[in-house]
Amino acid sequence: MSGPMLSIEGVETRYGKIVALRGVDMQVNEGEIVTLIGANGAGKSTLMMTICGNPRASEGRILFEGRDITRMPTHDIMKLRIAQSPEGRRIFPRMTVYENLQMGAALGGYAHFDADLERMFEMFPRLKERLHQRGGTLSGGEQQMLAIARALMSRPRLLLLDEPSLGLAPLVVRQIFDVIRDLNATEGLTVFLVEQNAYHALKLAHRGYVLVNGAITLSGSGRELLENPDVKSAYLEGGA
Amino acid sequence: MDIFLQQLINGLTLGSIYGLIAIGYTMVFGIIGMVNFAHGDVFMVGTFTAFIMFLLLTTVLGITSIFLVLAIVLVVAMAFTGLVNWTIERAAYRPLRGSFRLAPMISAIGMSILLSNFVQVAQGPRNKALPPILPDVIVVWDSGNYQVTLAYKQILIMVVTVVLLAAFWWLVQKTPLGRAQRACEQDRKMAALLGVDVDRTISLTFVIGAALAAVAGVLYLTYYGVVNFADGFVPGVKAFTAAVLGGIGSLPGAVLGGLLIGLIETFWSAYFSIEYKDVAAFSILAITLVFMPQGLLGRPEVEKV
Repeated sequence: MSGPMLSIEGVETRYGKIVALRGVDMQVNEGEIVTLIGANGAGKSTLMMTICGNPRASEGRILFEGRDITRMPTHDIMKLRIAQSPEGRRIFPRMTVYENLQMGAALGGYAHFDADLERMFEMFPRLKERLHQRGGTLSGGEQQMLAIARALMSRPRLLLLDEPSLGLAPLVVRQIFDVIRDLNATEGLTVFLVEQNAYHALKLAHRGYVLVNGAITLSGSGRELLENPDVKSAYLEGGA
Repeated sequence: MDIFLQQLINGLTLGSIYGLIAIGYTMVFGIIGMVNFAHGDVFMVGTFTAFIMFLLLTTVLGITSIFLVLAIVLVVAMAFTGLVNWTIERAAYRPLRGSFRLAPMISAIGMSILLSNFVQVAQGPRNKALPPILPDVIVVWDSGNYQVTLAYKQILIMVVTVVLLAAFWWLVQKTPLGRAQRACEQDRKMAALLGVDVDRTISLTFVIGAALAAVAGVLYLTYYGVVNFADGFVPGVKAFTAAVLGGIGSLPGAVLGGLLIGLIETFWSAYFSIEYKDVAAFSILAITLVFMPQGLLGRPEVEKV
């Protein structure tokens, strides 16, 4: 297809009088892993949620596969096979792991439910052990795996991942990033990843953007950004 | 012992009706955090619909099979009451969803007054009575000076309640609609991110709650044989008490609370004072709110993330 899969054009988002995003421009092409890095409060999660229509962009527009989704209701946007593993994971705490995964598959009409469930168990064997436990009783890492698995159950064309590494042990982070890389390499899944863990995210991504105070200040390939002195001093020093 | 057994039967019958109404309060509270003060009057509308349908089927259409009549009355009352509540939600609550927390509740009080006044004007202020339905009783136990009886209609009420609660439980626990409903209750934003149409799910919650209240209305009419435009208020507040006692937001809690309120009311009437039975029931509301606000099966607020 021609043109980017996801195109964000001059998007501005406000919470009341506070401007959270000021004219963000960026693209995600089909088959890419794109990462957005930025400090706390830069507006990363706001951008993720604005793509899904909650909150709505007050200026600019968002195109998915050439289609304007800026004013669409959230549940209709998700029907275009965009899936999000959101900030804070948002596992349904009083549903079992199985039911959480069923919720993820609802959009696909449960057509491939059993096969997809098996796939998730291969990627995240822990979920199989916890299958009939309530979501609220899982550890942080397990919840993160469940959030990603739940998003994948709808067989998305575009996966939005909001800080999958937050608060997790390095080993778990590596496991999750490996899964993302595999899905991209073997199935061509397009991924838009928001991260504070800039080093790992930029190593994983084909391209990256840097968000500062609600505006994009830098963009380039993952390697270019890793070597950029500003990125180094602001996001990588002492980290990794 | 004989009186005790009789009151146990009566209490469970009454409690079944309260439980069915209480589910509507607890579901709506669970999903949008609102106490639907009009729910008692929705129950009254269901009862009136049942009354009109009974007359229509038995006198105008001359249907003699009581079970056929009951089945038709149930279906029509559920459908019509569901439609009424759907309309109320669309017109009076949904436009206020982004507003301050009290706004929909005030709107609900307005809807409560509107419904009872409309029925008063349209149907007149006096009691409407039906000829007795299923008047026969079974003598369960005869102690010599007291007969413990189980009326056919009490059996009917308990059977219908159990069957409908089982169907309802299956709907909530096992179907995609029920899962979507629970998802909206736990995290509306996330439910929308998984493609759930939150507004539609909330509408359906109102329809289901009203349909169960209509079932309670049919059973109430079968039990007492009379209905009045003001009949929404006291049973409504008692069912609300049941929902609070059971733990508002909890479905098993609503049923348990309903049964307990039914039992407390009948035992109080039998052993203490029938004049003060409503005082007894409402004291439970005050005591629960002061000493155990989360109710018997409710979750403590802190778990809500």
